[in-house]
Amino acid sequence: MGVAIRLNGVTKKFGTFAANNNISLAVEEGTIHALVGENGAGKSTLTNIIYGMLRPTSGEIAIKGNAVRFSSPREAINAGIGMVHQHFMLIPELTVAENIMLGNEECRLFSRIPLKRIRAQIEKDAEAFGLGINPDEKVAQLSVGRQQRVEILKLLFRNASIMIFDEPTAVLTPSETEQFFTTLRSMRDKGKTILLITHKLDEVLAVADTVSVMRKGELIGTLKAASATKPELARMMVGRSVLLKVDNPPSQSGKTLLSLRNLGFITPKGETMLDHLSLDLSAGEIYAIAGVEGNGQRELLQVIRGLAPAGSTLSGEATLRGCSLIGKTPREITRMGVSHIPENRLREGIILDYPVSSNLIFGRHQERSFHKGAGFDDAAIKSHNRMMIKEYDIRCSSPELQPISALSGGNQQKVVVAREFNRPGISLLILAHPTRGVDIGAIEMIHKKIIDARMQGVAILLLSSELEEIVALATRVGCLFKGSIRHEFSRDEVALKRADEHEFIKEIGLHIT
Amino acid sequence: MTKKTGQLVTPALAILSALLISTLFIRLSGQDPTMIFSKMVRSTIGSSYGTGQVVFRLTTLILSGLAVAIPFKLRLFNIGAEGQLLMGAFAAAITGSLIPETLSPALAIALCILSAMAAGGCWGLLAGVLKMQFGVNEVIATIMLNFIAQGITGYLLTWHFALPSTVHTAPIRSASGIPSIESLTGWFANSPANLSLLFSIAAALLFQIILFRTRFGYEMRAAGLQPEAARHAGINAGMHTLIAMGTGGAVAGLGAANIILGYKHYYESGMTGGIGFTGIAVALLAGANPVWIICTALFFSSLEYGGLTVNAWVPKDIFMIIEAMTILLVISFSALEKQFLNR
Repeated sequence: MGVAIRLNGVTKKFGTFAANNNISLAVEEGTIHALVGENGAGKSTLTNIIYGMLRPTSGEIAIKGNAVRFSSPREAINAGIGMVHQHFMLIPELTVAENIMLGNEECRLFSRIPLKRIRAQIEKDAEAFGLGINPDEKVAQLSVGRQQRVEILKLLFRNASIMIFDEPTAVLTPSETEQFFTTLRSMRDKGKTILLITHKLDEVLAVADTVSVMRKGELIGTLKAASATKPELARMMVGRSVLLKVDNPPSQSGKTLLSLRNLGFITPKGETMLDHLSLDLSAGEIYAIAGVEGNGQRELLQVIRGLAPAGSTLSGEATLRGCSLIGKTPREITRMGVSHIPENRLREGIILDYPVSSNLIFGRHQERSFHKGAGFDDAAIKSHNRMMIKEYDIRCSSPELQPISALSGGNQQKVVVAREFNRPGISLLILAHPTRGVDIGAIEMIHKKIIDARMQGVAILLLSSELEEIVALATRVGCLFKGSIRHEFSRDEVALKRADEHEFIKEIGLHIT
Repeated sequence: MTKKTGQLVTPALAILSALLISTLFIRLSGQDPTMIFSKMVRSTIGSSYGTGQVVFRLTTLILSGLAVAIPFKLRLFNIGAEGQLLMGAFAAAITGSLIPETLSPALAIALCILSAMAAGGCWGLLAGVLKMQFGVNEVIATIMLNFIAQGITGYLLTWHFALPSTVHTAPIRSASGIPSIESLTGWFANSPANLSLLFSIAAALLFQIILFRTRFGYEMRAAGLQPEAARHAGINAGMHTLIAMGTGGAVAGLGAANIILGYKHYYESGMTGGIGFTGIAVALLAGANPVWIICTALFFSSLEYGGLTVNAWVPKDIFMIIEAMTILLVISFSALEKQFLNR
């Protein structure tokens, strides 16, 4: 087997900052090669260079032995490279077949599209790699997992022999992930070369042949996946040893705080999203909700946060210390001692254009201690922020000037965590995907803070799509399926089953699909 | 190039290239650009009357710029400054003519200004309510409200308030007139420049402080930048929409102080002359920043009056081209700058 992609001393500088520094790497033909690293390590920059979206400042690239200098993705595509981006590049209003042939209609502008031939080709590819799909369905109607199949079929249709996947499993359910890996393996066995960008180490070990680790723009090392271990990779990524599983001492629960009884939620369009959902949450415990996205998580959060959209129908009860939450505004609920980390940090948790310091008080700007006249007490905010930045290890150069958008995802999330965990008088903490898109180093810290908060008697409701996270943190686990808790693991069960993580994850998986 | 210097360099470059292109246009129209430009400079900042004319235009333009800029912070496009100003001007003129003769000047002026701001404010608020209650796009709502304002003021003037055989209302009581700058300092002789300028500048500074120094401004900017995040943080974004539209309208209405109370002393049809629309350009060029609006309003008012003074040689259409081109160039240049910084 030859070398599919060879990089020799590739450097990419943005101003004086080297996003990639002297990277030399060989990706063997017919292998699955994983590229791992924390956010901001330079993985995306490197793949964008290979895919022709960026031009390297210096260094050489050879595809299958031929030196190349791409000036656009079009040239990379012609050289047999294909890429599936983290956010799919599909047009929802078009059908599967139309999306796949887009840009490759194989006919002149005004002549008829050879639809029959194209459809046959798609069906052949789909069958060869177990990507069953209906070419005439509209993409908008497909699940995320199926949309990814369309992206893969697009590459196959263009005869790509080198395929780049950017964080492909971030949006998939556990079973979809399994299927996706099967597809990857079968593509490799038919001679395709696969470059997999990810930060999930378990997946790397499960599917990759070779692993390259990047840190701060440098290539730290390349090793065989078969002989690599998770702690070793984590150490290479972060540059120090990382505690992969947080210490979770037994808990003392107190009184019931949050109580949901037969909660129902019908959207303005008439879809039932919550259906007789009941659960109780006590002080000093972490109730984790496991479930595939779209089974009512968003609506559950909306009800508890007072953010249900106008026109939706709520039924049942949601009470905090006996006080109903339904019909209250977000500000009133916050005043009752509720703090939350929203599902989508970038859209809901921070103001990207505001400096770090303004974000550290965002949503807490109503607190008197920050006020002075009609404005803010800059000195009080500064000292509060300095404390937060230190305690949560938020890496930023000048919090008063630097917009939060300039920070890495992990540091942005640390800002949100610092802000929400330190609300005065907090008794209920709602965490939606607290570590999504966050580096391992930061995950370690956030997990510790979650356990700390629980030890201090805060009631915590955790929603996460990472089952490992749920197993590591939960006191009790509720399995959410089609808008209600289908199965609940009690405190004793969880304590017992935590010992065998993999078995437990499998068991949870059965209850949520 | 850093972001900060870019904010200065980009508009400057755009204005410079707009001037270069206008030089070309003047040349094409058969005139000598140096002669035209020097005439313009002499008859604006070169003469005390000309400067007064520019100051007069500047006063209203700052306010109509603010009227566009404040809602713009919430991503609302207020095309209705013209209608809001019309309503304000009409209200000020009627109030001014109806108040008792014996009222003290301070009270009389305050009453007229309040009625102007209330009329403009209601007109702006109406667009806000239409958006919040019925989901009517504010662009469409404010354009339509402009027509309606024209209709209402036109009807009321012709059928009820115009003095016989004229097209204007009865003059306001002398107590409600705002003194000219000339009467106090002797500057800008014979020009319409009056003390309303102080209101305009105060308004710009006040909004700068409100937007960037107060909790209200902090919430408002957040609601404009990321409405979802604002909702999650317990900010009532809908209330901010109403306040911003109402405030924008009230500020536009304040422009009446300059035109009616400071200069004309009565309402006459067509007296606003599209200054509410120039306000859009002023606000956009300034990036909706209140203090910058003073500068861009100065630029546009100089250009407008300067264009008028050389009307005998160069048609004023050429200056309309320059104004519009500057805006297009600023927008294109800032897009280029973004690409450049991201490269």
